[in-house]
Amino acid sequence: MTEALRVAGLSHDWGRKPALRDVSFAVPEGRFCALLGPNGAGKSTLMAVLTGLIRPAPGVVSVGGHDLGRSPRAALARIGVVYQAPTYDLDRSVFANLKYFAALQGLSGAEARERIATSLARLGMEERAGEKVAALNGGHRRRMEIARALIHAPRLLLLDEPTVGLDAPARAAITAHVHALTAEGISVLWATHLVDELHPDDDLVLLHQGRVAAAGRVDAVTGATPLAEWFLARTGAAA
Amino acid sequence: MKALIAARAIITRELARFVTQRERFFAALVRPLVWLFVFAAGFRAALGLSIIPPYKTYISYETYIVPGLCGMILLFSGMQSSLSLVNDRESGTMRLMLTAPWPRWFLLGAKLLAGAMVGLLQVAVFLGIAWFYGLKFSAVGYLAALPALALAGIMLGALGLFLSARIRQLENFAGVMNFVIFPMFFLSTALYPLWKMQESSPLLATLCEINPFTHAVELVRFALYGQLNLAALGWTVLAFALFFGLALLGYEPARTRSR
Repeated sequence: MTEALRVAGLSHDWGRKPALRDVSFAVPEGRFCALLGPNGAGKSTLMAVLTGLIRPAPGVVSVGGHDLGRSPRAALARIGVVYQAPTYDLDRSVFANLKYFAALQGLSGAEARERIATSLARLGMEERAGEKVAALNGGHRRRMEIARALIHAPRLLLLDEPTVGLDAPARAAITAHVHALTAEGISVLWATHLVDELHPDDDLVLLHQGRVAAAGRVDAVTGATPLAEWFLARTGAAA
Repeated sequence: MKALIAARAIITRELARFVTQRERFFAALVRPLVWLFVFAAGFRAALGLSIIPPYKTYISYETYIVPGLCGMILLFSGMQSSLSLVNDRESGTMRLMLTAPWPRWFLLGAKLLAGAMVGLLQVAVFLGIAWFYGLKFSAVGYLAALPALALAGIMLGALGLFLSARIRQLENFAGVMNFVIFPMFFLSTALYPLWKMQESSPLLATLCEINPFTHAVELVRFALYGQLNLAALGWTVLAFALFFGLALLGYEPARTRSR
């Protein structure tokens, strides 16, 4: 199986505080991989590295065979990102927000409009295109951000705790939507500390104190132990 | 040319944001107009001006401070857009921009250009009002002032960009006012010619001379009379290169600090 994302020997410090220690793992094409870890495990730092916002020393990040350090443009063009913090203009419409993002990716005119419509339809958001983001509830805002991250047809979707602050139905809906994307061949790296968002046949990378503590298919890694219990035992943190 | 689509989007977003924030637009205009109508009227008597280049006759104090007030608008505008950068950085919209597949200097340059255009828009309205007030320049002057103002705006924007990259505690405008805007504005030729300052304090005059804001103001002053002040142009370009270079270093991935 080819790899959508390969991370090798990644380390990063925030000043004297080590955040990532020799992190290595891969996400195969078309797979949903959960980056599981308690708060402070280094998930957000890893996401910042994967999106090129911070450069690790040492370490290699390769997206679809493109080295993020050497050819950042080719690598970034293959990544769609949903950040933990909201990143939209509240006083502008859903369509305007998506159009801005499309333009940032170099898309304009009919092509951009078409892709925006397709992306919104994929997330069941097409009838909300004209609404101001401020008028949307939290779940719909998140869905808009996922639709936005898909506009430039990335092969890898990175989501940093995308369900934070959402109620249970919205959380379930978004988790289901993103799982469904893998059927189209999109690979997903989903950072979370909530074990109920994982399916037994998903992949899992357990990040604990900046290191990869476990990796593999959820059911294979956890065996007969329920995931929540397993997670607690491995990290000593309340899930 | 896909990169140009991205640049255009960054610029139109900035302009749209500015136009929708009416209070910001009026606040930006009221400030220099108060200086022009009130401060200049009061100071007219106190400050005698001799004939110095680019002026060929005695001029009113109001005429003298017009370029300085244009600079003031650009200075405030540059600092304000740097503050919005800090907000963008905190809120994450900056991340959205920086993860677009273009070189970082290009994306930050587009942001800079966007800020400068917002500043130019304000200056244009200010010069329009000044025209009705009787402070008129020739068509050539206005035309020549345009690139001078644009360069001044970009230079001051780059300073703001650099500050936003380096100083984390830039959240409140009061700090920027005290430590950046006021010293830059008062230690310049915006309100009084250099020789006046020289008379009172050679040290302060030297500080005025090395202040890049002085050169930006002089560039605009000469341009308004259709003249090119080469030294001012050189210093302004140099200051821009320095500030933009430092800003790029500040936004370099490895140096970007944790939220």
